[in-house]
Amino acid sequence: MLEIAIQRRQGDFTLDAEVAVPAAGVTALFGRSGAGKTTLVDCLAGLSRPDSGRIVIAGTTLFDSARGIDLPPERRRLGYVFQDARLFPHLSVEANLRYGQRRAGPGDAVASFDQVLELLELAPLLARRPAKLSGGERQRVALGRALLAQPRLLLLDEPLASLDQARKDEVLPFLERLRDEFALPMVYVSHAMPEVLRLADALVLLDRGRVAAAGPIEEILGRIDLQPLTGRYEAGAVVTASVVGQDAAFGLTRLDLAGETLWIGHIDALPDSRLRLRIRARDVAIALAPVAGVSIQNQLAGQVAEMSRDGHYVDLAIAIGSPAAGQRLWSRVTARAADQLSLAVGKPVFALVRTVAVERQGVSRRPEAAAP
Amino acid sequence: MLLSPDELEAFLLSLRVASIAVLVGLPPAIFCAYALARWRFPGKLLFDALVHLPLVLPPVVVGYLLLVLFGRQGPLGQFFSDWLGLTFAFSWRGAVLAAAIMGFPFQVRAIRLSLEALDPGIEAAARTLGAGRLDVLVSVTLPLILPGILAGALLCFAGAVGEFGATITFVASIPGETQTLPLAIFRAVQSPGGEAAAARLVLLSVGLALVALAASELLARRWKRRFLG
Repeated sequence: MLEIAIQRRQGDFTLDAEVAVPAAGVTALFGRSGAGKTTLVDCLAGLSRPDSGRIVIAGTTLFDSARGIDLPPERRRLGYVFQDARLFPHLSVEANLRYGQRRAGPGDAVASFDQVLELLELAPLLARRPAKLSGGERQRVALGRALLAQPRLLLLDEPLASLDQARKDEVLPFLERLRDEFALPMVYVSHAMPEVLRLADALVLLDRGRVAAAGPIEEILGRIDLQPLTGRYEAGAVVTASVVGQDAAFGLTRLDLAGETLWIGHIDALPDSRLRLRIRARDVAIALAPVAGVSIQNQLAGQVAEMSRDGHYVDLAIAIGSPAAGQRLWSRVTARAADQLSLAVGKPVFALVRTVAVERQGVSRRPEAAAP
Repeated sequence: MLLSPDELEAFLLSLRVASIAVLVGLPPAIFCAYALARWRFPGKLLFDALVHLPLVLPPVVVGYLLLVLFGRQGPLGQFFSDWLGLTFAFSWRGAVLAAAIMGFPFQVRAIRLSLEALDPGIEAAARTLGAGRLDVLVSVTLPLILPGILAGALLCFAGAVGEFGATITFVASIPGETQTLPLAIFRAVQSPGGEAAAARLVLLSVGLALVALAASELLARRWKRRFLG
């Protein structure tokens, strides 16, 4: 477990964070700018000192004000990938990579030099100076450098935020590979939901210095009450579906979502592999019975699990299949529509989802082992 | 251009005094610059003023204070001669001390400026990679502020070569011992028929200054090339 309970005041801002998440897989630290994400991560790394509290990672106490424990950063063994890479400008890429490796204890093997070189495709860059690298290359080197320091946990502070979209798309697959190939817990700070969806297993929601919610990503994003924090524009549900088969002729992939069938645009994935999908609330329509003569391919049976009125709109959470399956879609309909259908919690409905509404960006492949 | 043995001696002495003054002043200068750039402590303003004192005091005053402190009867002079067997009064070591102290503010200033320009985040990154404070200083901070160190060393060297007032007040003008280039020039100008000797020594001073300037520029360029790959 990663247990954090710390307080820190700086000027007008107070960080008062208390959370415990499994120290495994990728935990996203999500929140607006100014929510205290970087301050929290700096406290974890030992670069900022909390006024009081405790930080424990997998049984090792890094900080405990009551017991007078405050390990210096160099003894915490936490890899830190900064937004601005912070490579050593006077050293070559290879010397940058070796910097932490040379200083790591012999028993701390997480990744070998060759492994990291191969994973992040760094071999062609070794002789170069940081000044001659592109933004994306710089972040890859920073990742490799942090990995080679053989950390017990990797902190990534918005590693993609300073990159343009093309560079982001270039680096993201490396982050996914890193997640899949090393049993290294990661804390991923971000305010960009698409990245979080692709990478994270758990989500810690930070709001004005406090932890608003924490838990598995599907659960947190399935809560309508947290919608103001998770983002209104992005409002939608995250579900996990398994691949049933492919329809090569139409270029579609058939998925099983809590016993219901869901067709999406072709995804190159083997049967039974699990996919995480994000389906936005405004792309889901509601019907009381299966609809004929309509282009919408997906009609998933379920029932209304939650309702929340927002002005002239109503936000619905639809439990797909049986409520016990825990897979919820969101739907945003007008108050008038909700009224005409006399929607109420517990009412059986059909969720209509257009196949083209499931965006590529909202799809991420989950390795079998990490599937919930 | 032919030099008399005396003139050559003055030149070599200046070179030695100035070089040693730079080297002796460097570690404390780095320390003071680091303290001023990075630490907050009570009395920092006073400390800052103290470091800059040689810059604003008349050199003769500095020489006089050195004489009082480091003379044979001075408290520090006695301490050094009793415990380390080092005497400063009327010795070339006194000339080094005078030059190092007069050049000290320049050295601190240049190093401090480059320290302030250095992103502390780079040093923080080194800490997270397992390097302790001293390790970070040696492997990251010092290499990155090398241009500042070089600039400071050059200023200090030039100042040391030209140092006159503090030196003559503290250690007098003894040929072969404390008579550096400016002191030798002064003597040549003062003695009848010494114009030619003075001219040769002046040319020598100019040449030395130019060579020092070129050397530091060359080093800075090499560093920059390395920096930018």
